[in-house]
Amino acid sequence: MTASISFRGVTKTFPVRGSGGARQRTEFTALDRVDLDVAAGEFVALVGPSGCGKSTLLDLLGGLDTPTAGEILLNAKPVTGPGPDRSTVFQQYALLPWRTAQGNVEFGLESIGLPRRQRAARAREYLGLVGLAGFEERYPHELSGGMKQRVAIARSLAYDPDVLLMDEPFAALDAQTRESLQDELLRIWRRTGKTVLFITHGIEEAVYLGGRVAVLTSRPGRVKEVVPIDLGNRAEDQDLRSSPEFARHRHEIWSLLRDEVSRAQQLEKEAAPV
Amino acid sequence: MSTDLTAPALPADHPPAPAGGPPAADPPPPPPAPPSRRTGRPATLLLTAATKSVAILLLLALWEVAPRAGLVDRTFLPPFSEVARAWWGLLSDGQLASNTQASLTRSLVGFGLAVVIGVPLGLLIGWYRAVADLLSPLLELFRNTAALALLPVFILILGIGETSKISIVLYACVWPILLNTISAVRTVDPTLLRLARSLNLPPLRLFQKVILPASVPAVFTGIRLAGSVSILVLVAAEMVGAKAGLGYLINASQFNFAIPQMYAGIVTISVLGLLFNQLLVALERRFTRWRAPLSA
Ligand SMILES: Nc1ncnc2c1ncn2[C@@H]1O[C@H](COP(=O)(O)OP(=O)(O)OP(=O)(O)O)[C@@H](O)[C@H]1O
Ligand SMILES: [Mg+2]
Repeated sequence: MTASISFRGVTKTFPVRGSGGARQRTEFTALDRVDLDVAAGEFVALVGPSGCGKSTLLDLLGGLDTPTAGEILLNAKPVTGPGPDRSTVFQQYALLPWRTAQGNVEFGLESIGLPRRQRAARAREYLGLVGLAGFEERYPHELSGGMKQRVAIARSLAYDPDVLLMDEPFAALDAQTRESLQDELLRIWRRTGKTVLFITHGIEEAVYLGGRVAVLTSRPGRVKEVVPIDLGNRAEDQDLRSSPEFARHRHEIWSLLRDEVSRAQQLEKEAAPV
Repeated sequence: MSTDLTAPALPADHPPAPAGGPPAADPPPPPPAPPSRRTGRPATLLLTAATKSVAILLLLALWEVAPRAGLVDRTFLPPFSEVARAWWGLLSDGQLASNTQASLTRSLVGFGLAVVIGVPLGLLIGWYRAVADLLSPLLELFRNTAALALLPVFILILGIGETSKISIVLYACVWPILLNTISAVRTVDPTLLRLARSLNLPPLRLFQKVILPASVPAVFTGIRLAGSVSILVLVAAEMVGAKAGLGYLINASQFNFAIPQMYAGIVTISVLGLLFNQLLVALERRFTRWRAPLSA
């Protein structure tokens, strides 16, 4: 099972307090007419300057919020709310502090009505997959940031959705763990054919993982360009990251982003409180 | 005063022997024994115990010496040893036991009722935003009306019997529990709510699996506050019109100029309050073992 995604002119504005005093209400445009099509089974990486609306876009697709204008189609049907066909790895982990790592992974499985015994086994399996075997009984406060993030990833994967929405899931990891989880994610993706929308700040990560990389503009977020990535033959024993194709793609996205990041900084300076 | 003791190391804190079989129920999962980091515990335990008793021993020494040295009038503040002797006397002739029992029954019944009423009501009010908005001005008003100021009203309506005493304790205890529970429900981490929503949790499950366990710590804060309030208010109530109870004992002793007995009653109340609080702290710790330790 897999699903295609289509953003059609998606705009999202938030009501915010205006700069001219607390009373004044203004609209803040986080996303501005975003158009993006993701084919079923595709892996798309999403990059863009901080605050450009990446998490907002994921929220909309997850059904946690509704667009101000435009629509989001999932398998050609408009998204009206959350559903078991999508699963999000939140930027803030969102672990239940009163549940162990195991309990947190099971939490997702409870909601799809898996019998208890299977839940436990599946949770253990996926914790092992993210390298947390032996940490099942730890509470979140006893785990490092990267470990928490991995629990959140295990929870999303174990849930087995058609569409995987990941918001900087590897941000808190060391380089080695990150690379091994990247490979694991790619393996899972190839095996299951899930559709993945993957937000990252890492250009290399985007190039390495994404079949295509969508670059967003700084505020308001718009799709600036979608770059197809072709790294040639993805044989396992090859160091893809040092290939010339990789460098070329990396540079291309880096240039696209550079302009946006500097523009974002400019905007931030202007908007800074007086 | 005695609401928050950062002190670790109650005997009850030791991990219980894992009761046979895995936990059967859903949330909140009875946590298994945490990973071992309890080496050197007895030594630390002894040290903290020593540190804490030093201050109290010093106070008692001062209490003993000051009246004897004539620093204070020993008619009004007899040395601690005399108070201790008076306490022993009260204990032997059964007065202490009967009065303590009377007080404890009243405060525990009032406190228990407050928990039984305050927690569910608070959960309900916190859950329904509209209800909370509607009631909050009223709650603020009542909360800020000192319970003891209403004592005459209670006596007027309910007489001076047990009912009015239990009612005033109940009344005073219900506010901290209610208000803490309401705010607990309303301040649940929004990311957890987002997670629950993304998993399509139906409202009842959301309540049971997220709101309830997330509220436990704040609810306990309210319960602990209510614990000390229950004793405070009761003693005051017993001083007004009662034929038994520690408040009565204190008041009557003062009236009969049995000053050491009066102090014996006061000390008993302090110790009771302390024990009650420690009990609640231990209980709280049992239910929130998943939390990061608060102390340094
Ligand atoms: N609930 C909200 N109310 C008002 N403004 C909001 C709200 N949520 C997000 N925003 C604004 O929308 C913009 C986009 O936020 P979003 O979290 O989507 O950014 P992001 O691209 O994920 O950033 P980062 O890379 O730092 O995570 C930000 O400028 C933020 O201030
Ligand atoms: Mg974000």
